[in-house]
Amino acid sequence: MKKNLLSILAAALVVAGLLSPFASSFPDGLERVAEDLGFIDRVEGIEVISAPIPDYVFPGIGNEGTATAVAGILGTLAVFGAAYGLGKIISAGKQKENN
Amino acid sequence: MHIPDGFLSSPASIGAAVVSVGSLAAAVRKKMADGELEQQIPKMAVLSAFIFAAQMINFPVAGGTSGHLLGGALAAILLGWPTAMLVMTTVVLIQCLGFYDGGVWVLGANLLNMAVLAPLVGYGVYRVINSWSGGRVESLAIILAGWLSVLTAAFAATVEISLFSNTVPFNLAFPAMMFWHFFIGIGEGLISMAVVSFVRRTGADSLEIPAQGSEAK
Repeated sequence: MKKNLLSILAAALVVAGLLSPFASSFPDGLERVAEDLGFIDRVEGIEVISAPIPDYVFPGIGNEGTATAVAGILGTLAVFGAAYGLGKIISAGKQKENN
Repeated sequence: MHIPDGFLSSPASIGAAVVSVGSLAAAVRKKMADGELEQQIPKMAVLSAFIFAAQMINFPVAGGTSGHLLGGALAAILLGWPTAMLVMTTVVLIQCLGFYDGGVWVLGANLLNMAVLAPLVGYGVYRVINSWSGGRVESLAIILAGWLSVLTAAFAATVEISLFSNTVPFNLAFPAMMFWHFFIGIGEGLISMAVVSFVRRTGADSLEIPAQGSEAK
């Protein structure tokens, strides 16, 4: 991989690992509207899957900032791998089509 | 912007999933047809990782509300709309399955809003302004692309939650959603502009889609 791409990946890891613990914990736009208009409780009691890292807090780490940073770094690497794999699958499909 | 499970009716969820799958199939077909995906894979993976990381950074906007980068317009400006759809799909999928950010039953709706509509609108706005102005106001084109991509995604979410699901009346949800996302979208535009100039400073100009004309097939 080219050096310039590595520096963008490094920036992603810095953002996920160092900045994420300082993110605002205010509700986002949709959550805020759901609170104000009284339909936020629709989500209560519904948990369709048990995600490995719910709410970007890695389980079992006492310090919440550290738990968020670990979650961020793992997620960034997982997304990198998943996108790489998806690209490979699609371009493999294309080669099969050509043969 | 990530709709959780419980906000949408089954018909809304299923309908959005059908539209999303159709749109993503079109993106995949386009990538297969133009044959440039192989060399784009590392860029696609790096940008996906960056957008995931940036989405974690909620910034306060006003009155105790926050927003975060969506990234659909940014990805489309840097890699074109079909690759941007694949980038955003990867991000939204991992957020859902790994972190339960965005619901499972409503995944199709979140993909429609963030992985289909946001890249398409961002790409279209950027291209139209750039061709009108001959590329002289590119920063403005990026900011408006980001802003309108967020407003479009927020509008789609509003319609899905209200008109298609009756979770909340449209006439209440519409002004509230547009109000907050007006500000969140400004953040989107500014961050998108900063990231594009960061990408250029790294010398990863090759990250960008070919100049006017050659891409628009």
